[in-house]
Amino acid sequence: MEIPYAVKPRPDTGLYNAKVGIWLFLASEVMLFGALFCSYILMRVNAPEGTWPHHWLNIWMGMTNTIVLILSSVTVVLGWASLKMGKFGHYKFYQGITILCALVFLGIKSFEYHDKFIHYQINLKDGTIADGHLQSAETTKDLIVIEGRIIPPDKMEELYNPSLEHEGKLLKIPIGDIKIDPRTKKPMMENYGPWHNTYLAIYFTMTGLHALHVIAGAIVIFAIWGPLAKVWEQDPERYVNRVEVSGLFWHFVDLVWIFLFPVLYLL
Amino acid sequence: MQPTTHADTHAQASHHEELGFWQKYIFSTDHKVIGVQYGITGLMFLFLGLCLMSVMRWQLANPGTGVPFIGHLLYRVLGESMVSKAGVISPDLYNAFGAMHGTIMVFLAIVPLAFGAFGNFVTPLQIGACDMTFPRVNMVSYQFYFLGGVLMLSSFFIPGGAAKSGWTSYSPLATIADMNLRPNGQTFWIIGMVCLINSSLLGAVNFITTIIQLRAKGLSWMRLPFFCWAQFVTAFLLLLAFPPLEAAAVLQLMDNLLGTSFFLPTGLVVSGQLLHISGGGSPLLWQHLFWFLAHPEVYVLILPGMGIVTEIIANNTRKPIWGYRSMVYAILTIGFLSFIVWAHHMYLTGMGTRIATFFQTTTMVISIPSVIILTALFMSLWGGSIRINTPMLFALGFLPMFGIGGLTGLPLGFNASDIHLHDTYYVIAHFHYIVAPGTIFALFAGIYYWYPKATGRMLNEFWGKVHFALSFVFMNLIFMPMFIQGMAGMSRRMYDGGNSYAASGETIGLSTDIIHLNVGISHAVWALGLSQIPFIINFFWSINWGKKVTSDNPWDATTLEWQTPTPPPHGNFEKDIEVVRGPYEYSVPGKSRDFTPQNEPDSPAPVTHGNPVRS
Amino acid sequence: MSDRPSSTPATLHVDEHTIHEMQHHIRRYLIVGVALAVGTALTVWASLINFGSREINIVVALIIASAKGFLVAGFFMHLISEKKMIYAVLAFTAFFFTGLLFLTLWSMAHDNIIQIHLR
Repeated sequence: MEIPYAVKPRPDTGLYNAKVGIWLFLASEVMLFGALFCSYILMRVNAPEGTWPHHWLNIWMGMTNTIVLILSSVTVVLGWASLKMGKFGHYKFYQGITILCALVFLGIKSFEYHDKFIHYQINLKDGTIADGHLQSAETTKDLIVIEGRIIPPDKMEELYNPSLEHEGKLLKIPIGDIKIDPRTKKPMMENYGPWHNTYLAIYFTMTGLHALHVIAGAIVIFAIWGPLAKVWEQDPERYVNRVEVSGLFWHFVDLVWIFLFPVLYLL
Repeated sequence: MQPTTHADTHAQASHHEELGFWQKYIFSTDHKVIGVQYGITGLMFLFLGLCLMSVMRWQLANPGTGVPFIGHLLYRVLGESMVSKAGVISPDLYNAFGAMHGTIMVFLAIVPLAFGAFGNFVTPLQIGACDMTFPRVNMVSYQFYFLGGVLMLSSFFIPGGAAKSGWTSYSPLATIADMNLRPNGQTFWIIGMVCLINSSLLGAVNFITTIIQLRAKGLSWMRLPFFCWAQFVTAFLLLLAFPPLEAAAVLQLMDNLLGTSFFLPTGLVVSGQLLHISGGGSPLLWQHLFWFLAHPEVYVLILPGMGIVTEIIANNTRKPIWGYRSMVYAILTIGFLSFIVWAHHMYLTGMGTRIATFFQTTTMVISIPSVIILTALFMSLWGGSIRINTPMLFALGFLPMFGIGGLTGLPLGFNASDIHLHDTYYVIAHFHYIVAPGTIFALFAGIYYWYPKATGRMLNEFWGKVHFALSFVFMNLIFMPMFIQGMAGMSRRMYDGGNSYAASGETIGLSTDIIHLNVGISHAVWALGLSQIPFIINFFWSINWGKKVTSDNPWDATTLEWQTPTPPPHGNFEKDIEVVRGPYEYSVPGKSRDFTPQNEPDSPAPVTHGNPVRS
Repeated sequence: MSDRPSSTPATLHVDEHTIHEMQHHIRRYLIVGVALAVGTALTVWASLINFGSREINIVVALIIASAKGFLVAGFFMHLISEKKMIYAVLAFTAFFFTGLLFLTLWSMAHDNIIQIHLR
C-alpha cells in the first residue's frame, strides 16, 4: 500500500507529506524553546538588582560553537543541493562535514559543562568568598586548592560581574576556614551546577535540551548518510526528500543556537 | 500522483495476511489497529479512574472508616503508611488517588479515546485515505502512550506512592512533597507526562498532515465531515499547547531531582526550616506554563465529542446539520481563542485587575462559538425524522448535559464571582458535567455507532438503552448536588469531606445538610460503576455473538467510512474514491433514498416520489 | 556501503534547468553563510560596547540575532519561497508564542505596567 504524496507533492498544497510533517513538528519546537525563553526572561526580570550574572561563560568558546553550527548549516544545505543536481559524492562530502561539526560542537559543549562543574564558590568564615576552579590533584580532605580569586565582602558584585580578564591565583583553603551553612550544617562550598542559581539552572536546561536536539539531529543525518544511503539507488526522490527534511530540522537547531548564544553568553 | 490501484491494494492486502501475530496486533502500523489499541487501553484507564474515585468517595461519605473489602486489599498491597489495617485510607493516599484520578482521566483515558482511538480509526476512513501519512510514527505514538501509562501506574507501588500534588502539580508542593525520596511519585508523574506529551505531539503531526494531504479527490474542506474538522482543530491544540507544559515538566523535574529553583521562591521555609535551594524561582511561572496547555487541553477533551455527536445526529435525524458552515467557523474560532484564555484559572493569584479583565474578556468571547455549535446541534433536531437508537440516545443526552456544563462555566469565567467559587465543588461539578455526561456520553455514542464497522456486529440494543438510562440518571445524581456544595463554599480536595468546617457552625461553616450530600453522591458513584457492567459485558460478548450486520452501511449513513468492506481491510477502500457532494446529504428532495453517500456518482436514474425510509 | 557510483542514478531526473537553478541557490547559500559569520562577530563586538544602559545592548543583540535568524529561516530553510500552508502554520505559532510571552510577563509584573529591571 503506497501512501500518496510521500514523494511527489500534492498539487493543491504543493507539498509532499514529510515537509508538512516536519514544519508542524518545528512549530511545536518553537513553542517548546519559546516557553524556555519565556522562563528565562521572567527569571531575569524578577532577579534582585545586581544578582544576575554576566560573563560567566567563555565568549570565545560560544562564538566558536556558533560558527561551527553555521558552517554545518551551510554544508547541510549544500549537501541537499548537490543531491538535487545528482552529485552523490559531493553530498557525502558535505554531509560528512555536517556530522563532524556536530561532534565538534558537542565536544566544546562538554568541555564547557565540565568547566562549570569544577568551578566552586566557597564562602569563608571571614566573610570573603573564594571563587575558582578546583585543582583536584592538589586537593586533600583537609585542604581545598582552587585556582581563582578572593572576593571581599564589600565587592560582591564582582561575583556576578567578573571582569573579562580573570587572573587566577592558586589558593589553598583549609577546610576549617570554610563557613558552615546553618541550614544543612555542611561547609558552604558549591559548584556552578544548575542548583547554584537560576541563571545556571536555565543555562544548563536550555543548552542541555539544545544539545539533545543536536545529538538527535546528528543521529538522523548520520543514519540517512550511512546505513540508509542505499535508498538513493532505489528511490532517489524519496532520498532527496529525507535529506531535505532532516536538513530543515538541523537548520532549526542552528536557529535556536543563534538566539541562545547572545542571550546566555553576551547579555 | 495517483495512490493505489485496485491491483496494488489487493496485492498488498494479501502480502499483509502473511504478517505474524506480533506485527499484526502489537506492532501494527495500521491506523485501525492502532485506534483499537488506544481504545482498549483508554477504556481500561477510564475504568481505573472510576475505581480510584470510588475509593475516595467512601472516605468522603464515611470519613475515617475502613473501605469494605478493598480497604484491606489496599493495606496488603500499599502498606501501613498508606492504608491502616482496618482499611482506612490515609490523607496522603487520598491525595494520591485524587491527583492520579485527574491525571488518568484526562491524559490516559479521555484524550487517548477521543483523539487516539476515534481519531485514528475514523479519520482516514472519513477522508477516503488508505492510512495515515506516517504509519510508523503512529505506532510510536501509541507506544509512548503505553509507556507513559506504565510509568504512571507503577508510581503507585514505589516508596512514597504516586504523585499527590493534584493533577495540576503546583510547585512548590510538587517539589517538597516526599522530597526525602528521590525519585518519588512526582518524578514518575513528570517523566510519564513527558511520554504522554510526546505521544500527543507525534499524533498531532500525523493527523494534521493526513487531513491536509490525503483527502480523497473532490473532498474539499467544506465537504469534510464535522468530525474531521473537530479532529483537525484538536490536533492543532495538542501541537502548539503541549510543548510549554513539556518545558515546564523538564524544569520541574530538575527542581525535583537536581535541586534547581525554577519554581521555588527565595526564602522558602518547610517544616520550620529554610530550604537549601538557590531560590529566585517563581511558583506562578509553573502555573502559567501549566495552564497555557491545560486550558486548550479542555477543548481537546470536548471537541472530538462534538464531532462524534454531530455525525450521529445528522444520521439519526435523516437531515443535514443545521449551520454546518457556522459550526466550522465556530470550531476554528474556539481553537484560536483557547490559547489566550488560560489565566482564568489563576484569578486568585493576585495578577492585577487589568490583566484579569483581559482574560475575563477573552473567556466570555470564547463562550460564543461554543453556544453557536450547541445551538446548531439543537436546531439540527428541528423537523428531523428522529430515529431513537442507543447512539442517538447518548448523543441527545450529550446536548443538555454539555449545555449545563458550559453555562455553569460562566460564573467561573467572571473574575468577581470566581472569588467565591474558585477551588470549590462548584468547579468540580462544572467541568465534570462537560467531560462526564458530556464527552464520555459522546464516546459511548461513538462506540455504539462505529462498533458495527469495526467488528461487523451490532452491540445489543436493549442493554445499550439500559446502559444509557442508568448512566444518565446517576451522572446527574453525582454532579448536580456538587453545584450546591460548591456554592455553599465547600472546598475541593478535602480528605474529610468538609467535616472540619462543620464545626464552625451554620453561619460561617458548612451545614451538615451540605456535608450529608456526600453520602448520596457516593452512592450514585458506586451505582454508576455498576451501571457500566452491562456495557462491558455487551462490548465483549457482541464481538462473537452480536447481531451480524447485513450491509456495510447499517445506519444508512452518508460519510465515506461506510463505503468500505466490514471490517475494513488493510488499505481500507477497494475502489478509488471520488467525492461529489457534501457530508450530510440526507432526505434530499427528488432522490429515491433518504441518504446519498458522499462518493456516489450523480446518476440519471428516474426520480421516485416520497422518501422510503429504511429502519 | 561498498563503492557507490557518484553518477546520477537512472531514475533521478536532473535537467539543465535544475542544475542552473541549484547553482544560483548555492551562490546564495554561500553568501548567507558569510553574512552569518560576520553577524556573529558583530554580535560579540556589539555586546562589548558600553551604550550606557543595558537595555540598548539587549535590543541590539536581539536585532542582530533576528536578522541572522531570518537569513537561516528564509534562505537555508527556503521559507522565502514556501507554500501558504506553511506560512499559515508559522503565523499562528508566532501569534501564540507572543501571547504566551507577553501575557505571562504582563500578569507577573508587580504593578500594572511592565517594568523591566535590568542593570
